Amino acid sequence: MNSAQGIQTLAWLLVVVPAASGGLLLLLGKRSDRWGHLLGALVPVALFVYVVALFFSVRSETGEARERNLHLFSWVPVGGFKVDVGFLVDPLSLTFCLLITGVGSLIHIYAVGYMNHDPGRRRFFAYFNIFIAAMLLLVLANGYLVLYVGWEGVGLASYLLISYYYTRPSAATAAKKAFIANRVGDVGLSVAIMLMFAYLGSTDFAGVLPNVGKLSAGATTAIALMLLLGACGKSGQFPLQTWLPDAMEGPTPVSALIHAATMVTAGVYLIARSAPIFNATQAGRTVVVIIGAITLLYGCVCAFGQDDLKKVLAYSTVSQIGYMFLAVGLGNGVYAIGILHLVGHGFFKAALFLSAGSVMHAMNDRIDMRRFGGLARVMPVTYLVFVCGYLAIIGFPFATGYFTKDKIIEAAFDKGGTSGWLLGIVALLGAGLTAFYMTRALVMTFHGKRRWEDDVHPHEAPASMTIPMSILAVLSLVGGGLLVLSGNLQHWLTPSVGEPIEAGAHTINPNVLLALTLVVIGFGVLGAYVTFGRNRDTIPITQPAGSPITVAARRNLYADAFNESVLMRPGQWLVRALVFFDNRGIDGAVNSTAAAFGGGSARLRRMQTGFVRSYALSMLAGAAAILAVLLAVRFN
Amino acid sequence: MTSDAHNLALLLLLAIPLVGSLVVFALPNGSERLAKQVTLLASVLTFIYAVVLGVEFKTGGNRFQFVGSWTWIKSLGVHFAFGVDGIALVLIVMATLLVPCVVLASWNSFDTVAGAEETAPADAPNRSPKTYFALLLLLEVFMVGVFAATDVFLFYVFFEAMLVPMYFIIGSFGGPRRQYAAVKFFLYSLLGGLLMLASVIGLYISAGSSSFAFADLVGKVPEGATQKWLFLGFFIAFAIKAPLVPFHTWLPDAGAEAPAGGAALLVGVLDKVGTFGFLRYCLPLFPEASRYFANPILILSVIGILYAAFLAMGQRDMKRLVSYTSVAHFGFIGLGIFAFTTQGETGAVLYMVNHGMSTGVLFIVVGFLVSRGKSRIVSDYSGVAKIAPRLGGAFLLAGLSALALPGMSTFISEFLTLVGTFTRHKALAIVATAGIVLAALYVLLLYQRTMQGPLSAKVAAIKDFPDLSAIEIAAVAPLITLILVLGVYPKPVLDIINPAVKFTMSDMHQTDPQPSSLVQSGGSK
Repeated sequence: MNSAQGIQTLAWLLVVVPAASGGLLLLLGKRSDRWGHLLGALVPVALFVYVVALFFSVRSETGEARERNLHLFSWVPVGGFKVDVGFLVDPLSLTFCLLITGVGSLIHIYAVGYMNHDPGRRRFFAYFNIFIAAMLLLVLANGYLVLYVGWEGVGLASYLLISYYYTRPSAATAAKKAFIANRVGDVGLSVAIMLMFAYLGSTDFAGVLPNVGKLSAGATTAIALMLLLGACGKSGQFPLQTWLPDAMEGPTPVSALIHAATMVTAGVYLIARSAPIFNATQAGRTVVVIIGAITLLYGCVCAFGQDDLKKVLAYSTVSQIGYMFLAVGLGNGVYAIGILHLVGHGFFKAALFLSAGSVMHAMNDRIDMRRFGGLARVMPVTYLVFVCGYLAIIGFPFATGYFTKDKIIEAAFDKGGTSGWLLGIVALLGAGLTAFYMTRALVMTFHGKRRWEDDVHPHEAPASMTIPMSILAVLSLVGGGLLVLSGNLQHWLTPSVGEPIEAGAHTINPNVLLALTLVVIGFGVLGAYVTFGRNRDTIPITQPAGSPITVAARRNLYADAFNESVLMRPGQWLVRALVFFDNRGIDGAVNSTAAAFGGGSARLRRMQTGFVRSYALSMLAGAAAILAVLLAVRFN
Repeated sequence: MTSDAHNLALLLLLAIPLVGSLVVFALPNGSERLAKQVTLLASVLTFIYAVVLGVEFKTGGNRFQFVGSWTWIKSLGVHFAFGVDGIALVLIVMATLLVPCVVLASWNSFDTVAGAEETAPADAPNRSPKTYFALLLLLEVFMVGVFAATDVFLFYVFFEAMLVPMYFIIGSFGGPRRQYAAVKFFLYSLLGGLLMLASVIGLYISAGSSSFAFADLVGKVPEGATQKWLFLGFFIAFAIKAPLVPFHTWLPDAGAEAPAGGAALLVGVLDKVGTFGFLRYCLPLFPEASRYFANPILILSVIGILYAAFLAMGQRDMKRLVSYTSVAHFGFIGLGIFAFTTQGETGAVLYMVNHGMSTGVLFIVVGFLVSRGKSRIVSDYSGVAKIAPRLGGAFLLAGLSALALPGMSTFISEFLTLVGTFTRHKALAIVATAGIVLAALYVLLLYQRTMQGPLSAKVAAIKDFPDLSAIEIAAVAPLITLILVLGVYPKPVLDIINPAVKFTMSDMHQTDPQPSSLVQSGGSK
């Protein structure tokens, strides 16, 4: 592999600069309150400029030469276990860097306005910068162990930002839940790394990925499944999905950047990066598509039961990442489509979240859609941004989702066989449900009668918020088209994830499928409109009882209840039982033995209340005497 | 090893804190301030000198360096013999770093009622700060000595001598149940010590050696039942000290009742003598017995990781909680040592260093919290980060190092012990990874309950609840900084540890398992 040259050798700045900025803001504390947010927002913008330059320097090469290795230093050299810190600058990592710093810059700028009244704004920007550093480390690492550092680093940043309002118990609990769920996934990632070392003697991409062929089928599948466990934790996929909706406790820019556009898509990155491993295991890929399919439906169903706008968007993220998993699980040639949807999703979901944040900002931080309604007229820019994101996510013709999501549906059908039909139908159904819940959210928030509480006086957001929102809105509309129609992105990613496959025979004629998809989406929109939008008075302020399905959807299909009754409660009982055992069992035995030796419990009591030192000293003297005797016996 | 070497470096390293201790003891009553200053000066000098030795240590050189030997009991062949390999050296540097941090952390413990160490009992006798600081330095002498000794008998003497200052630190300066805890600590250790003494003598006889020098004993113990019995004598002594489950029940009491600084040294350094003993004495002296008992010990280690983690979650008392987390961490060290792989051994040594710093800083920070809130009970606190953000930040960083967050040095050692175990014992390593999740649980639960949420009524009722002072920051900042720096660049420390581990592995006649794909492809050719 080629070594990095020219400005590529400065890629380490991408991690060091935001980490230093974040650390500085935390160390300086209140002293940097006045300018901390400006530094915090400037950093990703500067990084974006650098990444663009980096992009052009790599683009000027062709084919394999677009993969650049930057060796930094020897990190953990222990016997045969030699891990170096180095970066891999290639089309895949650069795509992510552009997304992270580009969308990241817009959201940082937005946050300057959004967090304007928050006394802890500097702390927020410090955490935000630390996130950027960790996320860039994650995607730039040239080996799994260094990736792991970024992987847990983003988890830490996510923890700090979800619990940003840490005096709120719900925020603190949500943050802890996120970290724990992620750690369960991280166990998978660390076992995968150990397997790589045990079987291949390396944990670097360069040492592992080209040598996958040397592995037995069982080992390959084991590594793939362990990586998948890690990916599920980070990306909020079944069965580790329940933390993501709770993560909405964090400030809205956090939800937009971390829990929609970038961090939660790291699982997709991990699978795409490990393409040679997943290509080699049919069983592994099957599990990936099954998880993707389950999660995409799960997210849709839960989303339509939510009254909290951010939670609707959160379940929508769960569902959309399900699409991405489905895509990367289809394997050879479809990875790029998954990444395509990932980038497009980064645009439109960020736009939707920022728009939702603007609504919250205007409604005194309230987020219950039942108390919204009729906001389109008072917040026209916010409304338009939301509409752009809405069109993009439902796959309205020529908006981003139309290009990216429909390609996944097509690829699912093209897999062929019963499984292809099944996956295709699930993906198609998901498109309809997405249209349904998104229309519901749009109508409940922006249309219909005003159901506001008395003390709110909504107003449009300041320019520092509306400008980044508008840019993302435009990207939501045209981004997908630009990425797909030119064929650029897929072609660009080829060195990293393999050639795109032009399916010879489609299961369904693409034009028929397109029409079918549009019909399904149309039904979704219409269904929601008929239910929630037609009659302006149909939305009650308080949640109605609802059908059993609605109730189940509100309670995220009882996933939390399951975790609570199967993991948490028994865990608490186990802890109590063990504490009792340790105090009474082991320590009890020890104490009674001591008491027996010490001449009964009376002695023990005395020992506890006084005369201790004399007692201990006599023990010491005794020990010395024993020592002396032993020595004397031996050598006289 | 040449017994006529008379390098004075390590003697000097022992002399600095010894002189300091004597001076502090000799100071007239009422000169507390001077006592603290002398203690700080002596401990900082010791640390600086230890670092100098670390820099001068030749990583490609002899196994033991700075070797000095002087006859002590001629008829028995007992020597004042000192020398450090990489393992002992890094532990000495860690211990000598921790002492000044503990001194700073204890700086104001005795000044005012508000700053008093925990719930100062009314009946506290002789709570003279002077004595406390002198004991700290005396303890440092023994701690350095126990790692630096290359004569098994001398090691035993230091091993027992360490008990005395720690006994008084717990018994005189500890919490309400300090006397119970101190005696329990003392009896447990003494029992282990006696077993070890019997084994030391047995070792001397069975090896047919004319000296107690480590180098003269390696490879001399005949295989068979004798070696197994001698191994067990050493093992139990070290397992109590470490402590490994089920020898652990003295630690939660001692850790909870000791003053925070004392607890930091007790768990941070004294307990490392146990795991150091496994590595320095059990493995090289009794290789056959070590292999014989490895599986049960590995299983005990894994049980310890999970069992102590669950117990940590169930504790109401913060310092007991931290003590149990340490028991869980010792499970990882035990795993690394008895996996008999380079990664496992090196990981275990690095784990000892990291854990000393990490648990040291955690005990110190918990001590800061307890001295402000006058309670060790977790549920008495809530929302503290709001009024003391720097304390909250230090608490979080200490906690993150305890849960081995990547980017901190604790991650590297934990991963090395796991990967080192994995190459030989896949199932055990996989079960042990559950400890990663449990560690996150007990740390974040503690952080959430004390630092996050609304301010608790009990804390709000305390008028004087200051954030960390400059001295307190100075006590934790070096440790946290080092944990972060070594997380990014551990190579200098690994370079010192690696050769020593190589020697230990060759004493054991062990080699690392090869990557299995390479073995297969090699076999097919």
